[in-house]
Amino acid sequence: MIYLWAFIVGGGICVIGQLLLDVAKLTPAHVLSSFVVAGAVLDGFDLYDKLIEFAGAGATVPITSFGHSLLHGAMEQADDKGFIGVAVGIFQLTSAGIASAILFGFLVAVFFKPRG
Amino acid sequence: MILEVIGMGKKFDSENYKQTVKPYQPKPNLLLNCVKAFVVGGLICVFGQGLTDFYINVFDYSQKDAANPTAATLILIASLLTGFGIYDKLGQFAGAGSAVPITGFANAITSAALEHKSEGYVLGVGSNMFKLAGSVIVYGTVSAYIVGILRYLLTQ
Repeated sequence: MIYLWAFIVGGGICVIGQLLLDVAKLTPAHVLSSFVVAGAVLDGFDLYDKLIEFAGAGATVPITSFGHSLLHGAMEQADDKGFIGVAVGIFQLTSAGIASAILFGFLVAVFFKPRG
Repeated sequence: MILEVIGMGKKFDSENYKQTVKPYQPKPNLLLNCVKAFVVGGLICVFGQGLTDFYINVFDYSQKDAANPTAATLILIASLLTGFGIYDKLGQFAGAGSAVPITGFANAITSAALEHKSEGYVLGVGSNMFKLAGSVIVYGTVSAYIVGILRYLLTQ
């Protein structure tokens, strides 16, 4: 059942992105930036966790979860350390994604030839 | 024909350029694009759910901790597919369906790095890697910072 909801919610988020591209004529960079901000704001109201509980990877795979993870790490550390904790924790949960994107991106650039 | 329309008293400058070319641009097939984005984006998320369940069942990760290896695996696959030139073809077909999932983030980084490889490893690959993906990190960090401070102030 979680697979069905992952498909519907994940696909739905992509459709919103497609509408922003085709109807609002935003560039992909604008769409992705807006989604990350939306994820952080939704998590600020504790709504994104409910979506994850409900849709699993349908909510964690789209880029909106990047904003959610940034805020989540920041809030966890803020509880312990106060204001400085926001800065300490902000990349705590997202570092795996950023680090692997940099590493694999670099390795592919080294070993592959550009196409097109 | 176009030139005549432009010639009739209207100045052909950057202000009316968008309106002048508008009738001649192909209209995007909105419904078809949305269906493609829905199916491809949904399938990537289903694949991510499969990976999450794999990490939970085989490596005993908790539901929450499984998000990290899932993201890393999706990023690895997307980077490789970008290297083989497959992800960009998928992007032309699926639009936002392949750009919005975390795989699109990996694709943006890898394709920028590949594209600028000819300029060298430091000035090309290193400097341009975040050309497309940088705005995601910048706006994500700024907004999470602001919301984080606000929540901390309001909950204390």
